[in-house]
Order: sequence, then structure tokens, then C-alpha cells
Amino acid sequence: MNFIIPIIILLILIYGYLNGVKVYDAFIEGAGEGLLITFRILPYIGAMLLAVGMLRNSGGLDFMLYVLRPLTSAAGIPEEVVPLIIMKPLSGSGALGILADILKRSGADNYAGVLASIIMSSTETIFYTITVYFGSIGIKNIRHTLAAAVIADMAGLAAAVLLCRFILF
Amino acid sequence: MINKLWFYMIAIAVAFAATGRRLEILTEEIFSSLGAAVELGIGLLGGMMLWCGVLKVAEKSGLVDKISDFIRPLMKLLFRGIPPKSAAMGAMIMNITSNMLGLGNAATPMGLKAMQELQQLNPRKDTATNAMCLFLVVNAAPIQILPATVLSLRASVGSANPGIIILPAVASSFAAVSAGVITCKLLEKTCGGRA
Repeated sequence: MNFIIPIIILLILIYGYLNGVKVYDAFIEGAGEGLLITFRILPYIGAMLLAVGMLRNSGGLDFMLYVLRPLTSAAGIPEEVVPLIIMKPLSGSGALGILADILKRSGADNYAGVLASIIMSSTETIFYTITVYFGSIGIKNIRHTLAAAVIADMAGLAAAVLLCRFILF
Repeated sequence: MINKLWFYMIAIAVAFAATGRRLEILTEEIFSSLGAAVELGIGLLGGMMLWCGVLKVAEKSGLVDKISDFIRPLMKLLFRGIPPKSAAMGAMIMNITSNMLGLGNAATPMGLKAMQELQQLNPRKDTATNAMCLFLVVNAAPIQILPATVLSLRASVGSANPGIIILPAVASSFAAVSAGVITCKLLEKTCGGRA
């Protein structure tokens, strides 16, 4: 599967080249933005690594995972990933911090690391989006939006777990 | 919401540590976790330069328009009540396309614009229309072709195979969107409001 990355890069560059884009200049511009984005998200990652690290070291996280264990083990979800599943609908940057913690701790290529990466890339921060989007136009009655968004989130999670267990591992 | 959550994470941690007599260990963790964040950030810089650079080429080459053309028929099918050539439809398509390419900076303004346009078609200004609900649900699980941050993060912790997650993530998003759309279509008749 690792062959996919150079191919994606090449295809995008070919497409740009054929369409008259100054590919080198564009790359430089984007790379500069990438640096700025990294600096912008770093405080979020720091704040979340701090909170999760404290929660783990104090024994508080173990306690919460212990309470949730019947649920998570039945669903085949590794414990490390549980905080990510809780955080993802609430805050994208918070979830990114937790993903960083999972990848550092249990590695990127085992079941937990891959599942966490898939969850992070496949669902959005639904509560945040709903609040901001409806808030911006003054909608009070959001009707079935939350129910449908939560079901979508669950379906995405279920698909990620199934794909991980039966295809990748 | 995140403010409360973050506060309670820290408050609970200190409370647990105090009762378990682990406050010294907690002090070590506080400083090492922020150090870890810095290390991670440095690792992240390389990957983010790569992917944001490549995505900029995609953006300038008009790939956004190409993908828009590709999803337009699908959007017409989903949002039957919205005129296909309206500003609302245009903004929704741009928002979803930007999300697919992971261009978060472009996606949010377009999404807010789409909501404004949808609001103009709304007869009851405080109640969400079917189209708004559906738009938000589609937004809840964007199909990301290139999850740049996650790829960079994986590479920065030394993954042997950062890209392994792309196709499963697309498939999971697709499952999520499908479930969300079906739920929306089922609930829109029973959950109050019209149009």
C-alpha cells in the first residue's frame, strides 16, 4: 500500500504541469502554509497531550477505561483508541492531540495506531460544525440533524473497526 | 464545550493523583508531555510542508473544479429541493470539494456561505430545513482523499506505512455519509418542520 503516496504526488504534479501551473512555485507557497499550519496546531496538540498525559498518569484514565471496558471489548475497540472516539465529535484539534499521543505510545503500524488514524481521517467534529453552522444563521430548532450526524459517526466508526479487523489485520 | 472538557480532564487528573499519592509523578508528566508536543511538532513540519505543497499544486491546477463537476450530479440527486444553479448549491459543492481535499481553510467559509444561502430559501427562519440537516450530515463525514495532517503525523512517529490508512478512511467516510443520508431521509418526514 505504501506505493500509493509517490503515485498520488506524481499524478497531482502531472495534472498541474499539464494545466500550466508553475508547480515549483506552487509547492513552495503551499509548503510555507504547511509550516504556519503546524505552528498554529501545535498549542492544541500541547494542551491535549498535557491533559491526556495527566489523566493517564494519575490513574484517572484507567478508571474511566475500566468503566467502559464491557462496551469497548464487545465492540473490538482497543482501549487506547477510546479517548479519541470520545474527543473526535467535540474538537478536531483536541482529537489530533489524542491521535498524536496514541501514535507515539503504541506505534503507528499496529491495530490501535491504524484504527485511530482511520477514525481521525474519516469523521468530522460534528458538535462543533453543527453549533457553528446553525449558530451563524440563527437556527434554534435543528430537528433531526444531531441524530443523523451521530448515526453517521457511529457507522463510520463501525466501518473503520470492521475494515481494520478483517482486512488490514 | 472543549473548555469545560479540558478543565475537567485536568481537574480529575489532579484529584486522582492526590488521592493516589502520585502528585510527584504527575509533575514529571506535565513537563515531559509538553516536551513531547514540541518533538512531535518538529517531526510534523516536514510532512506538512510536503502535503500542503502538493495540495497547493492541486488547488492551482483546477482540480477543485474537476472534483466539483464529479460530485455535482450526486448533489443534485441528494438536494432535490435546491435549484441546481443556485448560489446555495454552488457554495455547498465548493464546501464539500474543499473538505475532500482537506482544505479546511477554504471549507469553513464556503460552508457558512452555503448556510446563509439555504437560509434565504427557508420559510421558517428559526427551524432547519431538510437541506440544511442533510448538508450538515454530509459535512459530518467528509471523504478525504488526502488526509495531510494524519499522514504527516504518522510519518513523524516513524510509521513504516503512513499511506495504509487512506483507502480504509475513504471507505469509512463513505459508510458514515451513507448512513447519515439514509437516516436524514427517514427522519425528515417525522421530525417536525417542512421543506
